[in-house]
Amino acid sequence: MTEFSALPARRLTTKALACRRGDRLLFGGIDLDIGPGEALVLTGPNGAGKSSLLMCLAGLIASEGEIGWHGRDEDERPGADIHLLSHLPALKPGLGVGDNLRFWTDLNGGDRSLIAPALEAARLGHATRLRAGLLSAGQTRRLSLCRLLVAPRPVWLLDEPTSALDKQGDAWVTGLIDAHLAAGGLAVIATHLPLALAAKTWALALGEAA
Amino acid sequence: MTGFLAVLRREVQLARVGGGDLMTLLLFFVLVGALMPFAIGPDKALLSRIAPGVVWVSALLALLLGLDRLFRSDFEDGSLRAFHNATISLEAIVLAKLVAFWLTVILPLLIAVPVHALLLGMNGDILLRTLVSLGIGTPGLLALGAIGAAVTVSLRHGGLIGPVLILPLAVPVLIFGIGAVSPPPAPGADRVALLFLSALSLVLVAIAPFVAGLALRLSED
Repeated sequence: MTEFSALPARRLTTKALACRRGDRLLFGGIDLDIGPGEALVLTGPNGAGKSSLLMCLAGLIASEGEIGWHGRDEDERPGADIHLLSHLPALKPGLGVGDNLRFWTDLNGGDRSLIAPALEAARLGHATRLRAGLLSAGQTRRLSLCRLLVAPRPVWLLDEPTSALDKQGDAWVTGLIDAHLAAGGLAVIATHLPLALAAKTWALALGEAA
Repeated sequence: MTGFLAVLRREVQLARVGGGDLMTLLLFFVLVGALMPFAIGPDKALLSRIAPGVVWVSALLALLLGLDRLFRSDFEDGSLRAFHNATISLEAIVLAKLVAFWLTVILPLLIAVPVHALLLGMNGDILLRTLVSLGIGTPGLLALGAIGAAVTVSLRHGGLIGPVLILPLAVPVLIFGIGAVSPPPAPGADRVALLFLSALSLVLVAIAPFVAGLALRLSED
């Protein structure tokens, strides 16, 4: 599962991007220009605004300044080219592993034939019929990551993608991001662990000045 | 359309695995009706006169009790956040959830109405009219409730605020719902009430996905 088909090109630019939570300015004056095949790695202490920046980019929370996504089709729903992996699993514990993934495949316009290989790659192939609530924290994270694989999209916004994963999982995620970038995708990754990515990466450290 | 059906299918699956909740709601609905003869006394004429009202109020209470689950679990497990990036709009997802809620929660309540009819001494004609008015009115009530559930979804202890917020707004639906069943004060008034009820329901169902969608969008902020 390291071969991705070519993804439509997207470019992300921001100008003087700032975000306030309550009265506090989380970050400000962020200028970005990230092209297809490139990644931005966000680092910074807890509470520095890494997750908030991802939410701003996804358009979920209000921000100041400009965010531009270039290369979108006119008739495409804005945001339907983005996968946001937050720290929440977005899985139903009562439903089966396969059912959960099938739902996100259909809702995100994915391809059902990608489900089995994605689960296999996540080492969940044996657990398709298991209830998602029975998975361990790491397995749950793997299943959440599968959501990105069953519906290929050019933009990945990842919040601590390797949290709760073991060594093999870290390597798997790094490989996934590499393959995504190699296919022309774009990724913004908030992480504490240094990721050894092959592609061109930008680094942004939040909360240093504060 | 695939997305719409996917939401519908998931909600029905969730209702099936969480079947205990629905059974509890159904029992609650029946028990509220069963309490009436004890509270009011064995006055058969009085009971059968107020029976449609009792059924309507029990349905409203059961609906409000079940509404909190409409968006809360999706909010808490992050599904709601991921819905923003779906191929269909948040409004379409809300509509799919409403359709599923009506099918999995409200339809069983309607099927249980004959139990009320037995307990309260409703005759066949009134039972039929109650079912028709409930069938037309409950989508409107559900639409109102969805707005309440969406507005309060990000409140940590919002479970009770939604119903309290919505209850006063449900009064018109209740008035026309009962008006369509009870003996008309003037000839043809029950038909007019039924038409008003249909209009109310249609308007509410038409605007609810947009209002609830807006509230859900703001809930992440």
